[in-house]
Amino acid sequence: MNATRQGLWREAVRRLLEVRSQRWTLYVLATLLGAALLVPLASPHGYATPEWTRILRPPSPSAPFGTDGLGRDLLVRTMWGCRVSLLVGLVASLMSVCIGVAWGATAGLLGGRWDALMMRTVDVLYSVPFIPLVIVLTVVFGRHFLLVFAAIGAVSWLDIARIVRGQALAIGQREYIEAARALGLPPGRMLWRHYVPNLAGIVVVYATLTVPSVILFEALLSFLGLGVQAPLASLGSLVADGAAEMQAHPHVLVFPAALLALLILCLNHLGDGLRDALDPRQP
Amino acid sequence: MRSTHASPERADTPVLVLRGLALDYLQGDSRTQVLRGIDLELRAGECLGVVGESGSGKSQLLLALLGLSGPGARLSGSARLGGQELVDASPALLGAVRGRRIALVFQDALSALNPYLRIGAQLVEVLRHHLGMGRAAAQARAAELLALVQVDEPAQRLRQYPHELSGGMRQRVLLALSLACEPEVLLLDEPTTALDVTVQAQLMALLRSLRASTGVSMVFVTHDLGLLAGIADRVAVMYAGRIVEEAPAGQLYARPLHPYTGGLLRSLPLLDRPLPARLPSIPGQPPEPGTQPAGCAFAPRCPLVEPRCQAQPPERHEAGARVACFRTDAAGLMDEAWP
Repeated sequence: MNATRQGLWREAVRRLLEVRSQRWTLYVLATLLGAALLVPLASPHGYATPEWTRILRPPSPSAPFGTDGLGRDLLVRTMWGCRVSLLVGLVASLMSVCIGVAWGATAGLLGGRWDALMMRTVDVLYSVPFIPLVIVLTVVFGRHFLLVFAAIGAVSWLDIARIVRGQALAIGQREYIEAARALGLPPGRMLWRHYVPNLAGIVVVYATLTVPSVILFEALLSFLGLGVQAPLASLGSLVADGAAEMQAHPHVLVFPAALLALLILCLNHLGDGLRDALDPRQP
Repeated sequence: MRSTHASPERADTPVLVLRGLALDYLQGDSRTQVLRGIDLELRAGECLGVVGESGSGKSQLLLALLGLSGPGARLSGSARLGGQELVDASPALLGAVRGRRIALVFQDALSALNPYLRIGAQLVEVLRHHLGMGRAAAQARAAELLALVQVDEPAQRLRQYPHELSGGMRQRVLLALSLACEPEVLLLDEPTTALDVTVQAQLMALLRSLRASTGVSMVFVTHDLGLLAGIADRVAVMYAGRIVEEAPAGQLYARPLHPYTGGLLRSLPLLDRPLPARLPSIPGQPPEPGTQPAGCAFAPRCPLVEPRCQAQPPERHEAGARVACFRTDAAGLMDEAWP
């Protein structure tokens, strides 16, 4: 008989897979991930090697996505872009979830003075204009890949902290928390058994929704030339390159932009599905 | 009128003794008195009913016993559970008492059960924590407990979530959760209010049979005097944080001594009496907590009020029952007082 918390997750996965659109989303994401990992390994073309004999070729059997202004294979570059975008998305989201949950849960559980202090800090950080800050940072520290993680992570945890704090406060007011107290359960067990499952759903969902928003943010930074540096590419920098060529050679824009849109769509849809699946009150 | 349920040799040992129990909420400079000078005993195997309107402090009394009053609460006086003082007890001691020796049944089972945990997980958790049972033993015991509260197919119910059960079923589960560690005292905070009348009757029958089979002492808090008649041995009537009358149940219904009790009984619709066009009610409102008149708190609404009632609060005295009223002749005047 399985009446443990693991059951909640197993059931959530079952409920998620029951939805046909969610199954398709997972197929598409798995295909994208597999392609992003395997295509650059299998292809004879490097992402950085210019080939002057085949500049701006339209899509053809030898180069399915065509080539860019330096003759580089666009399929390989787009897949590299997927790798970079997904990596940035996952690492920055993980970072922001860790900081945000720790910060928000602490504030919500301590309450009172500490809560006020910690949440005002969040308010202050919210008010910092972000893009000028990143520009200043790149000037001061030079352009480094890690800076993109740090900058995005430093900002996106604010939302999670607010949400988790609000949820922790709300759970503390629920009668079942008082009922658990009236049954004499110790604080550690209360936290683990009664707060965590109630928080976990919202955190997982929010994390899933943070990944696409971080990817979009990275795309914005790269589009502005502040993100990933050439010759490395992210989906955002590929779209930026493609935008320059789009009137004469639309394929340079269309493929990376379509993949970016597909990726974001799938991740957002998955987040939506997880929200439903993690609520046991759903059928 | 002695309880028919309690075994005679235990009937006079009090399990819970409250002496001058008072609860204040301090917020900044303001002080709100919620409970004042509560004196009560709960004897072993007895069911004590506590009635009062909303805001009379009856639920606060139960929470105070478990040390669960909200922030800013200050509890004074004495509450002894079998010789163990609960007022100002350490968190560790209160943690060992809650759920183990005194259990509280909440009013609304849907919100008192964690929606994210299966019924089984919630029962097992309590059994493992308080009784140190292994997982398998706790699972088996959880099924027994569900059977005890007459839930059908206990093994399947353990795997269900609270929202999958009916209201009556949920309340039974909550009862099983409270009885899990075989506590000495069961506190029931309006356990039937969220249920419809037929389910309410089933639950009351279950409570009566549990009382007979387990011998647990109960404090049954409600605003429904009619409900208490079927289960309580003694009834305490609360008004504005005080107990104004306490008497064996039969006596309280037959011959109320406090005008407030008389008024409450008068407001009940009775089957053997033609229903009036408008149910009688006690005019006026109970005092806001924190704004206490100098005299008897009920004086502004009392039909038998005298000048001395306004001046100072009446002490409780024995007059066949314990009653806090200056008008020792009130019992004979109820029909005129509440026409």
